[in-house]
Amino acid sequence: MVPFAGYAMPIQYEGIIAEHLWTRAHAGLFDVSHMGQLLVPPGEDKALEALLPGDITGLGKGVLRYSLLLDPHGGILDDLMVTRRDDGLYLVVNGAVKAADVAHLRSGGISVDYRDDWALLALQGPEAVTVLDRLVPGVADLRFMRAGSFAWGGHDLWVSRSGYTGEDGFEISIGVAGVEAFAEVLLAAPEVKPIGLGARDSLRLEAGLPLYGHDLDPGTNPIEAGLAFAISKRRKTEGGFPGAEIILGQLLGGAPRKRIGLAVDGKLPAREGALVFAGDVPVGVVTSGGFAPSVGAPIAMAYVAAAQAADGTPLEIEVRGRRLAATVVPMPFKPKNYVRAEGSNA
Amino acid sequence: MTLYFTQEHEWLDVTGDTATVGITDYAQGQLGDVVFVEVPEAGRVVAKGKEAAVVESVKAASDVYSPASGTVTEANAALAEDPALVNTAPQGDGWFFKMTLSDASELDGMMDEAAYKAWVATL
Repeated sequence: MVPFAGYAMPIQYEGIIAEHLWTRAHAGLFDVSHMGQLLVPPGEDKALEALLPGDITGLGKGVLRYSLLLDPHGGILDDLMVTRRDDGLYLVVNGAVKAADVAHLRSGGISVDYRDDWALLALQGPEAVTVLDRLVPGVADLRFMRAGSFAWGGHDLWVSRSGYTGEDGFEISIGVAGVEAFAEVLLAAPEVKPIGLGARDSLRLEAGLPLYGHDLDPGTNPIEAGLAFAISKRRKTEGGFPGAEIILGQLLGGAPRKRIGLAVDGKLPAREGALVFAGDVPVGVVTSGGFAPSVGAPIAMAYVAAAQAADGTPLEIEVRGRRLAATVVPMPFKPKNYVRAEGSNA
Repeated sequence: MTLYFTQEHEWLDVTGDTATVGITDYAQGQLGDVVFVEVPEAGRVVAKGKEAAVVESVKAASDVYSPASGTVTEANAALAEDPALVNTAPQGDGWFFKMTLSDASELDGMMDEAAYKAWVATL
């Protein structure tokens, strides 16, 4: 157990590699209750759009949208999920910055109900749908980035088909009174094992998903982070979000640096903070890195100068005075296995 | 041969003035899955309590300090190919390096296996 965002969190149960591979093959249960669950009442879509670059007014019921809270320079204050529900907009934000997010939203004139009486579980992996639909019939009909209201054992559930592993799976919001019993029932399924923070990190890294506070922070903007997809079409035309001038300028003209994936030669992992070189010239820094269990080799995310960001570019990473050969590769490092709606690009 | 253990969770298997060095089962359990081991090359002079090796687990990089002073005579080449030997056989095929001891008195005060196990049980 380690302290994280004010919570005692398990790094691992039986071992990070075993838990990682189990999630890719079966189903892993993650307690992600440290994440902030917020409700914004109906009628505040426009106020929210003033703080992030997503199309919120056009967000359909039961649809999730990945978005970014931005500062006036276009720097990323947090990344989050926004879903339209009957009772308003449901936001899931990162645990480490949730208090700051709530204050930021409120200072933008938004009424935020911080629901710390709700727990959040993630059930991820190819067998997650079998397990969850057995307990909560109907969830199998949800497609990727869709959500709905369900019930189990007298407890209300808000179930989203989404996650942070690159696998099919669900995120389940449930009141704290019911979460322990629900988690026990999930863990009793032969397909399910509990998964710690360690494998959560290695799974998301392989999936090419950035981690706030490491790959994203106020010093990075959506374009250099490779998150231009989070800027909805209408907002690209209309602007009106913090840092729009800078962001839309870089959207057209390109960012001076980019978040890229690196395949690292050999077995020595390159970790956060390691410098990236093109010959003798430092061109960037690793923001996440480690051994990738499903790839069987070390991988990394880094920000590098745009000139060095093309797939196939040979670079070097400095680790303890030695240079590791690395190659820029497309992300995800491991293909995603989402169950998408036909014709959907959500 | 005599087995010695340190509070830094290393073991030494000593015969005369030579020793084989590795980390204990408790240590590998704390580190988790080992994916890379950087061991000192033959000929390197190591000092008791100073960095001698680095173990990379999935979680993090950890320094391993030399439990005694002396000169490395052999690094375990098998760890390059199969670093997980540290997890599966920490006190066997997962040894780190062999060395000649320059000061046998450094062994005084180290624990035997029974004392080490009793101490680990209190952690």
